[in-house]
Amino acid sequence: MASSQTPMEDTIRQKITETFAPTSLEIFNDSHKHAHHQAMQGSTSKETHFRVNIVSDSFKSKMQPARHRMVYTLLKDELAAEGGIHALQLKTKTVDEAEKAKAKESSSS
Amino acid sequence: MFSRTALSAAAGQAIRPRRNPLLSPRFAVLQKSFLSTETRQAIDKAVASAPVVLFMKGTPEMPQCGFSRASIQILGLQGVNPQKFTAFNVLEDEELRAGIKEYSEWPTIPQLYVDKEFIGGTDILMSMHQDGSLAKLLEEKDILIPAESDSSSSS
Repeated sequence: MASSQTPMEDTIRQKITETFAPTSLEIFNDSHKHAHHQAMQGSTSKETHFRVNIVSDSFKSKMQPARHRMVYTLLKDELAAEGGIHALQLKTKTVDEAEKAKAKESSSS
Repeated sequence: MFSRTALSAAAGQAIRPRRNPLLSPRFAVLQKSFLSTETRQAIDKAVASAPVVLFMKGTPEMPQCGFSRASIQILGLQGVNPQKFTAFNVLEDEELRAGIKEYSEWPTIPQLYVDKEFIGGTDILMSMHQDGSLAKLLEEKDILIPAESDSSSSS
């Protein structure tokens, strides 16, 4: 079995899927945009900067900081590891909120 | 725009003394994961040093990270009064950099505090900027540049 080219992304996807049972999960690897970023000198990892959009009712009745903390806690080891995740952009919405945002977008365009 | 980059004078001094009462081997494991009282107190002070406090990489004039830059830009767009704002450069103080993450239970920088309350990082700041809740919060806390001085001093 060939090993994955994107082990970190796979881990993120697996953990979030298991924990939050998202109705939508988008993971973008933006690492190439930051390869010249000073903090990345000496790093060879191609998986340092991620943008993750999660829609899940696990976030219901929780404020945004609490939602982000849930994700941070889940990925604690990956964030702390040397050469692990350096930056993690998050959008955390409930199913309701995602639908409202969608409706707003289509009505305004 | 934000010239008052009060660097961690408070944090720096208080952090130095390293006499930890828990220096027995029994607590060695705990020490690693718990913030020392000194560091916690220094960060308490930093958080309380202005109504709006940003822990960032670099300075407001020269941010060293895109997310820190974006946060400064948002605060500028909102019209935050520079006199009510302080930024701490975590790159100049490793204990602050590590300490603030644990203090806020938040693994990334930048971090924004308003009236000593943790608000969030860049993503939260950005979404609050877009949905109007940041403007509302800053207005309620009377943190914005007053409207009159704005018009009289426009150049």
